[in-house]
Amino acid sequence: MLHSMLTIRHFEERSTADYHAGFIYGVVHSYVGQEAVAVGVCSALTRQDKIISTHRGHGHCLAKGADLNRMMAELYGRQTGYCKGKGGSMHIADFGIGMLGANGIVAAGISIVTGAGLAAQLDGNGGVAVAFFGEGASNAGPFHEAINIAAKWKLPMLYVCENNMYSSGTPAAKTVSTGHVAGRAAGYGIPGVTVDGNDVQSVFAAATTAVERARAGDGPTLIECKTYRHRAHTERPGAVDRRPPDEIEEWKKKDPIERLAADLIEQGLLSEAQRQSMDTEVLRSIESAVEFAVASPFPSPEAALADVYAD
Amino acid sequence: MAMRSITYMQAGMEALVEELRRDPKTFHMATDAPPALVEEFSADRVRATPIAESAFTGIALGAAASGYRPIINWSMVTFSFVAMDQIVNQTAKIHYMFGGQAKFPVTCRTSVGGGTNLAAQHSQSPYSMFMNVAGLKMILPSTPYDMKGLLKSAIRDNNPVISFESTRLMTMTGDVPEEDYTIPLGQAEIKRSGSDVTIVALAWLVHEALEAAQMLEQEGISAEVIDPRTLVPMDTATIRQSVQKTGRLVIADEAGPTAGASAEIAALVTEDRETFARLKAPVKRVCALQVPIPYSPVLENHVFPDRHRILAGVRELTGV
Repeated sequence: MLHSMLTIRHFEERSTADYHAGFIYGVVHSYVGQEAVAVGVCSALTRQDKIISTHRGHGHCLAKGADLNRMMAELYGRQTGYCKGKGGSMHIADFGIGMLGANGIVAAGISIVTGAGLAAQLDGNGGVAVAFFGEGASNAGPFHEAINIAAKWKLPMLYVCENNMYSSGTPAAKTVSTGHVAGRAAGYGIPGVTVDGNDVQSVFAAATTAVERARAGDGPTLIECKTYRHRAHTERPGAVDRRPPDEIEEWKKKDPIERLAADLIEQGLLSEAQRQSMDTEVLRSIESAVEFAVASPFPSPEAALADVYAD
Repeated sequence: MAMRSITYMQAGMEALVEELRRDPKTFHMATDAPPALVEEFSADRVRATPIAESAFTGIALGAAASGYRPIINWSMVTFSFVAMDQIVNQTAKIHYMFGGQAKFPVTCRTSVGGGTNLAAQHSQSPYSMFMNVAGLKMILPSTPYDMKGLLKSAIRDNNPVISFESTRLMTMTGDVPEEDYTIPLGQAEIKRSGSDVTIVALAWLVHEALEAAQMLEQEGISAEVIDPRTLVPMDTATIRQSVQKTGRLVIADEAGPTAGASAEIAALVTEDRETFARLKAPVKRVCALQVPIPYSPVLENHVFPDRHRILAGVRELTGV
């Protein structure tokens, strides 16, 4: 799990830097600070299980096992990217590993991945599906419509709310009527649990319980992970971060990666040297992903006309 | 082929039932689950959903991404607007924006049109709103035969297809083969051949146009009636060829004219140099008036086009 979290951290740091350097276009939304959620949940899944993501989607993709090269190439707008340069940061998917896509519309993915949960139920193979979304999405219609259906149909679903306390720039305290999202589960008669989203072990434990429940045919669980993003909502030039600086600093002290590393070192499961070499190895793989992206051709302009329809 | 006469609605039901039998990966979702279908296919495959069009449209997409071939029914097209994000931002774009990684064979059935005194919300024909969005296919059958053949093709297609079905035609009867058949998407049909004027008509107005053509024949005017049947992809070639032959084009649509399917058809004809060169008169559109549809029969009848307005449109072009 540490390796996966470090991969996300370094991927995000590199993609943010390369965005500001002009190599990556459009926008990126950094997942730095929230790595424990994607990794904790995806560690409880198998390859055949499905997930869906949000506009802040790189972390979920990587945690599910996406290929660094194809991800970076997509951000670089290249032919070799996951979406052949048609999607970019907000629309990366890898259907082969059950990653049904990042999504630019808040809450929309919740409905779509619930369909993957229905498919798993119809298949009867014990598969589960996971919706990742923010607390902002829990105020939107699809959250309520989809969870009602999943509860009624006992779909093998995990609804994982990453409560990073801000919907774009607006504090959750101003938008979430009940104050905390997990409590909304009661309205649908399903379990709702709140976990420390910066503690990957807690996230993993909650996800494991929910996955077991789902595989047993007992229906969905809502998991609220309390977390925080280290960077502004978006990296777009001119984006203002209105969050209090001391709050940001406070949360940076609760860094999920440092926390896991410290725990592992304390338990004697990891040495400083091992941590260092893991860091170096991850940085090397990110560097090689950038090299792959840079060496890859852009799609031909005419490729814009392909893939509108399937054969 | 052995024929029998069934209604437009029955033809749609037969297509659905036969495709559910044919492909175990198909299943149906709508706010209503017909008991006969539940009995034959189980409540797993014929699902009654909450009144949550947005959710079940998204669910269909997710199931399609997972190897299924869902068929959903929004009932009246009014309710599709509740699912607009799922249709426009998700369904239409999901194949393209992920680089063609997966197929999304979802069929969305919905009824369109007026003539039922259901007033502004439940009398709409908004297909051109969807035509404007790249990534969707859509059919608009005008007969029981076309309904069954096109709907089967829609269900078997590997893309999202919207089946717009005419409220006015639900009880209309027509010959439909006993045997399995399909009508390819993107093929217009010449419903009646003629040489003086082309009438491209949609759905219910196909029948009004055929009536008008019969009246015109008595006046010595030979009208060709074309039903595009599929709105996306549009069979441009058949329409252009007809207009090149007749030199005159009337377009009849139950929707309003502004940025409508009628506008698209007019543009497809006039922007083609060869067709434009053979036009003997301006293109004429016979559409609903550009207002929300009113309730009172007197008002509603005034708003919708019919055979008489088609006749008037043709006479404008032929100068009779």
